[in-house]
Amino acid sequence: MYVAVKGGERAIENAHRLLAHERRGDRSVPELSLAQISEQLGLAVDRVMSEGSLYDRELAALAIKQARGDLIEAIFLVRAFRATLPRFGATEPVDTGEMRVQRRVSSTFKDIPGGQVLGPTFDYTHRLLDPALAEAGDPEAPALASTSDAPMPRVTDILGQDGLIERSPDADPDVPVGDLTRDPLSYPAGRDLRLQNLARGDEGFLLALGYSTQRGYGRNHPFAGEIRFGEVEVEFFAEEIGFAVPLGSLALTECQMVNQFKGSASEPPCFTRGYGLAFGQSERKTMSMALVDRALRARELGEDLIAPAQDEEFVMSHSDNVQATGFVEHLKLPHYVDFQSELGLLRKLRQEFADANAVPVLKEAAE
Amino acid sequence: MNAPTYNFAYLDEQTKRMIRRAILKAIAIPGYQVPFASREMPMPYGWGTGGVQVTAAILGPHDVLKVIDQGSDDTTNAISIRKFFAKTAGVETTTSTEEASVIQTRHRIPEAPLREGQVLVFQVPIPEPLRFLEPRETETRRMHALAEYGLMHVKLYEDIARFGHIATSYAYPVKVNARYVMDPSPTPKFDNPKMDNCPALQLFGAGREKRIYAIPPYTSVVSLDFEDHPFTRYKFDAPCALCGAEDSYLDEIVTDDKGSRMFVCSDTDYCEGRQAAGHRGVENAAPHKEGAHG
Amino acid sequence: MVDMNSASDQPLLVAEELGKSYGRLAACRDVSFVLYPGEVLAIVGESGSGKSTLLQMLSAQLAPSAGRVSYRMRDGVLRSLADLGEAERRFLFRTDWGYVHQDPAQGLRMAVSAGANVGERLMAIGWNNYGRIRQTASSWLQRVEIDAARIDDAPRTYSGGMRQRLQIARNLVTEPRLVFMDEPTGGLDVSVQARLLDLMRSLVNELGLAAIVVTHDLAVARLLSHRVMVMKEGRVIETGLTDQVLDDPREPYTQLLVSSILPP
Repeated sequence: MYVAVKGGERAIENAHRLLAHERRGDRSVPELSLAQISEQLGLAVDRVMSEGSLYDRELAALAIKQARGDLIEAIFLVRAFRATLPRFGATEPVDTGEMRVQRRVSSTFKDIPGGQVLGPTFDYTHRLLDPALAEAGDPEAPALASTSDAPMPRVTDILGQDGLIERSPDADPDVPVGDLTRDPLSYPAGRDLRLQNLARGDEGFLLALGYSTQRGYGRNHPFAGEIRFGEVEVEFFAEEIGFAVPLGSLALTECQMVNQFKGSASEPPCFTRGYGLAFGQSERKTMSMALVDRALRARELGEDLIAPAQDEEFVMSHSDNVQATGFVEHLKLPHYVDFQSELGLLRKLRQEFADANAVPVLKEAAE
Repeated sequence: MNAPTYNFAYLDEQTKRMIRRAILKAIAIPGYQVPFASREMPMPYGWGTGGVQVTAAILGPHDVLKVIDQGSDDTTNAISIRKFFAKTAGVETTTSTEEASVIQTRHRIPEAPLREGQVLVFQVPIPEPLRFLEPRETETRRMHALAEYGLMHVKLYEDIARFGHIATSYAYPVKVNARYVMDPSPTPKFDNPKMDNCPALQLFGAGREKRIYAIPPYTSVVSLDFEDHPFTRYKFDAPCALCGAEDSYLDEIVTDDKGSRMFVCSDTDYCEGRQAAGHRGVENAAPHKEGAHG
Repeated sequence: MVDMNSASDQPLLVAEELGKSYGRLAACRDVSFVLYPGEVLAIVGESGSGKSTLLQMLSAQLAPSAGRVSYRMRDGVLRSLADLGEAERRFLFRTDWGYVHQDPAQGLRMAVSAGANVGERLMAIGWNNYGRIRQTASSWLQRVEIDAARIDDAPRTYSGGMRQRLQIARNLVTEPRLVFMDEPTGGLDVSVQARLLDLMRSLVNELGLAAIVVTHDLAVARLLSHRVMVMKEGRVIETGLTDQVLDDPREPYTQLLVSSILPP
């Protein structure tokens, strides 16, 4: 007698036990600590914080450990946690001009006030595997020098003094900044929502889209005006005491692309901006984001809409890797019922085809 | 570290209120897709996050919850969602369609007739019935607003021109309350007639696409067709091999590597109920025939 | 056949001092005319003369910067297009109006069958009988000289001339009272153009259609239209009966245009 499949509950529990076992791996190898992940896989932690949109190194490290190093899974864990957190309010806008800079480069001017600062970067390393790293050992201590307190103005601010680049839009206190995690999104979306979407967006997706604009699919003639990485203060305006109090500091990477613009009937030619911002050190992400942000401004700037990177609906509905991975992977779920109706339809169509063409079709064995 | 603590039925009350407002609007405008600020849930998008949010928003401590996937209470995703609510809301769960006050489903409508006071919550992957004809949200929303559904009929026309009949077997579009064209989620078209004039409230949640829509009790739901090519329900050639039902939707089970197969009810609760009442199919005739089929 | 009752002595479409400017650039200014039922008006001029901008304003696809366009609805009331809601405008577009694009790919669904292309407007206004829709589509294909056996083929398998005829059938199936045509013979071979013009002329006559045809080709104007409006730099510089304007142009610019085509 046929018995319908049962016992899914036990199977699920056992699968989870096995997963935990596999996550741990060989128990004779010492277990990773969160501090090790946070300190030694710092860029992975940065990515999980950015795309998980929650600035918490320890939770991000925990997510990476739990996800066995699968960063999209880790981002998902952080997002699911974040969704239930109560909101107390929004902080004051951070001032990246006041950043304590660790790295700052501009490709538009050879020298700039505050200078070019290389900082910790893979750039100009030769990509040779280093066998010495296979063994434990301490690298040389970093070189030290005294720094000046001279300000490091943003390159775009310098260009802005001569009106050579468009002004950043002024904050409008009557129009609060949107939040696509709290309000439903509708198109066309404002630039605030686009930037939020891109900041949470998948690094690989943005990289490919940004790259496509460079290859001519929505080209916007970019220069890396400035990329800076360092720490900024975060302040929160407390109603009770009537002024902003510091909450702590965040490590951020900011990229401002400077792009060509020919001007229009009502505006003189000037440079335009593409903007990228991410938690931690993430130059690839912020540069890609800035390229895509600028591409998405095509309509606003009266440019032809011809390329995927310029298509707001296309970009915004496919950038989120938590959404994308869920829907792609949902194909693993049972689809017996819809498959059955397709199967029934296909058999019917094949039979009709055979009848019409008078070709005998192989009858299925059990029928 | 911030140790997580969770509210009744997981979602915070603010979020539940937001979802309930969307549900109320959806009920007020049958078949209209209401945008809502879908939250990230602790299960993947595409795995029922829309249905889970709707269920979480309407569930009370005295509700009795049933969860089915493909008609069955025992598929892994159904178990996973049922356990989620048992854990986060502590509600009573059941596999009985009769006893449940809230039924969350993926891809099926139970065979047993639903009654007043019950709520059926559908998990929806792509809520937009026009999506594969017109990919742009801005354009499809305009088409709904103006009730411009010619394109939908173009698709049905093309089916008939090519195959001689409408070749859509699941997610078969319906018109709700003579106004909005709606996707019934990927249920087989076999289930479409059950939606019409149904005494229960039917709610649809699409988490990834951030839409909620509804069919209030006793609302007209008409499957799109032509008057000379009317909608037909899919009909199976054989009854269920276990319970002998002739009126249920059947799953095909491949029983060996030679292509032998049998057909059994996809609604496991319905099938078990009939067997308990003494109904028998050919594979389930009597103990001494065990194992004999084909 | 056209209804020859008193309605025909009331204007169908009225344009009053229409203008469109982009910043300081005026693409079109001060255009006024009246179109009667059954009348075919050709708007001629070189590219950049403002004729396409004008056609877009007349067909409610572009809001004018100045002036207004009014249309007599089927209930006999003359209404300003600017006062119509989007739903009413779109309804006009799938019932009482037709729009023939220069590029048939813009006016057709290239991936669906010819039958569905013609039937779409009928289904959009509520036709619900497959057999009747197909029958009507089939007879329209024959009217535009397309073999009815090609009814299930997609227009991407059609030649350029066939596509254009299919586009015309798709527009005329709901028996509109007014058809806008934007360079309807552009991009076609001369012999194909001649056949298409012939067909359009007989359809316009049979159905008593009013039409506004934008063209840079005076031969099209001569064959199809009763009246001609000549545009230059956004203004109408000459207007009158087609024969009069083409045989005896007053304006030097019109004389120049006329001298560049063959005599009839």
